[in-house]
Amino acid sequence: MTITVTRRTFLAGSAAAAGTMALGRAGTALAADPLPVAFVYTGPIGDHGYTFAHDVGRRAVEAHFGDKVKVTFVENVPEGPDCERVIRQLATSGNQLIFSTSFGFMEATLKVASQFPKLKFEHATGFKRANNLAIYNARFYEGRAVLGDIAGRMSKAGVAGYVASFPIPEVVMGINAFTLAAQKHNPNFKTKVIWANTWYDPGKESDAAKALIDKGADIISQHTDSAAPLQVAESRGVYAFGQATDMTSYAPKAHLTAVVDQWANYYIDRVQKVIDGAWTSTDIWWGFKEGLVGLAPYNAAMPADVKAAADKLKADITSGAVHPFTGPIKNQKGEVVYAAGQKASDEEMLKMNWYVAGVES
Amino acid sequence: MQVKVEPRSETSRAVVYATPVLAVLLTVISGYFLFLFLGLAPAKTLYHFLISPTLTFYGWSELCVKAGPLVLIATGLAVGFRANVWNIGAEGQLTLGAIGAGGVALAFWDQSGVWILPLMCFAGVLGGMIYGAIPAYLKTRFEVSEILTSLMLTYVATLGLGILVYGPWRDPQGFNFPQTRMFTDSALLPLVLDGTRMHVGILVTLAAAVAAWVLMTRAVIGFQVKVVGQAPAAARFAGFSRNRTIWLSFMISGGTAGLAGTFEAAGPVGQLVPHLTPGYGFTAIIVAFLGRLHPLGIIAAGFLMAISYNGGEIAQVEDRLPQAATGVFQGMLLFYLLACDFLSRYRIRLASSRREVGPS
Repeated sequence: MTITVTRRTFLAGSAAAAGTMALGRAGTALAADPLPVAFVYTGPIGDHGYTFAHDVGRRAVEAHFGDKVKVTFVENVPEGPDCERVIRQLATSGNQLIFSTSFGFMEATLKVASQFPKLKFEHATGFKRANNLAIYNARFYEGRAVLGDIAGRMSKAGVAGYVASFPIPEVVMGINAFTLAAQKHNPNFKTKVIWANTWYDPGKESDAAKALIDKGADIISQHTDSAAPLQVAESRGVYAFGQATDMTSYAPKAHLTAVVDQWANYYIDRVQKVIDGAWTSTDIWWGFKEGLVGLAPYNAAMPADVKAAADKLKADITSGAVHPFTGPIKNQKGEVVYAAGQKASDEEMLKMNWYVAGVES
Repeated sequence: MQVKVEPRSETSRAVVYATPVLAVLLTVISGYFLFLFLGLAPAKTLYHFLISPTLTFYGWSELCVKAGPLVLIATGLAVGFRANVWNIGAEGQLTLGAIGAGGVALAFWDQSGVWILPLMCFAGVLGGMIYGAIPAYLKTRFEVSEILTSLMLTYVATLGLGILVYGPWRDPQGFNFPQTRMFTDSALLPLVLDGTRMHVGILVTLAAAVAAWVLMTRAVIGFQVKVVGQAPAAARFAGFSRNRTIWLSFMISGGTAGLAGTFEAAGPVGQLVPHLTPGYGFTAIIVAFLGRLHPLGIIAAGFLMAISYNGGEIAQVEDRLPQAATGVFQGMLLFYLLACDFLSRYRIRLASSRREVGPS
């Protein structure tokens, strides 16, 4: 972890001033007052994908705590100079705990956190932490390995199409985990990737899905947030996987299952910690085992043995018996990266910038 | 019955000054009912939207941060627009400016000195100008529409920035995430006031707007630009070169956009990322026309846009105004401004009956 302190992140004068302001607000908050909690989203809550999943978590917080919390959210915040102002606005308006849910908010969250030392911040999927800034992430690759296992068994062509967003480690890791699991069943399995260069753009996503099907893919997976690729798959009669939430309603025939982001328990736990005064800056990376990652119900079109295999893989990953990145693993050039039995470390996965053999990107 | 739009013979000064006020008033009234319909407290939401951003000193500093790049780019664009030179690609020139400035910042990352920042500004302006030179050359040499070339080059610029940020310029300590290192202090714009994000770029922007005003009203070149735009035949007769005007327009607008990109990278962002701005290069086109292509009008228009953005954020935070409603409100403001402006200069007549339909 690197915390770069520059003149801009460490504004001593403003930190003091802002701190006083924050204290003023906090001082007036009595024990009976609801705890103000805020969420910052990069997408619209109606994306039915990544942001929607976070918002499900937010609503779970409201449902769980009732009038003990006052929850605010801001959606569609661009990752850039604007997000710092939004996070700062949430801080000055008295929110005690602020979840910033996108990687691109990292520097801004760090800056605002340093200016409001009394407030608590949580940043999803980043790597910069501070005393009042916790980080959290989910092991989505575990779910993607199960999708790969299903794809390897369901695809007749042995070719999957992957609508991807940006080549950051998170996405690269997912593509690799998916492909490796599919190759366990079909060693010649190939994953063709198209970069949409966006998290949410139904038009671009559906264009990518069409192109992938035209290139011979008969199963579609996606790491973008809209249901557009699924709808293309439905109309073209191929199978597909949802993203972040159960998207069955968009493509009842095509949707086999989806990796479901289940933030609710984490959010409830963290809010409870603030109420109890037990909050500390932590760094968690949870998966199936902790319930942060789940799977949507299987499609009835999946044969029983495929369902059983998927369930078994999920159980094995949960128990730790199977690690999705276990050697032998070769890269695209055919060089052995992990020898037989060797496992990738968390640190190596979080920096992953190479593709396994069989990925065509 | 035929509807005709015809210019008014004369527009009184009072009407010119009254139209923006009328537009804001209409927006407030429509917004009141919009927010009421959404089940919010309308007066409180309007207050947060339009007044709150201007209440604190910090609020004003943030308005400057937001309006700065819009005003700087729009000032440059307005020169060309007056000459009927349509540079739609300021966003691309801004990106090239940021690449130029960021390249300097990263090349001298392990050094410090007061010369780094001026060098970055130079590289930024140069980057914007070079990128503006492409449509200018294609227009003057081959008569290719500058609207198309400048617009399409924007996407090329964004992808170019992507190649650099995902590739050679990626932060070596950044876990392969697509962003460069944070710039060092020598490569960051000094702040006008500690505790805010207001940097010296804002002062340069205001100076640029004043300079543009002097250029357009007091210098021969400004007169030339206007004549080429309004009366091409007269311009030819007077010996004013159309091609020279095109080049001048693209150099000025490309340069200011490049400088704006430099200020964003070396200001609030502090590094290069794949998407540096939320489309300032395009929003600046609106700002330029909202300000009636007049440098001082552009400053006012830039701040008005900034208020609508920052106020929209505050209304989302304080009143839980849905983001889409924020967009509707901003759209209404622009719609009323342009409609009132239009109706102050033109009137709509029904040809059969001579009854007049117009505002006020």
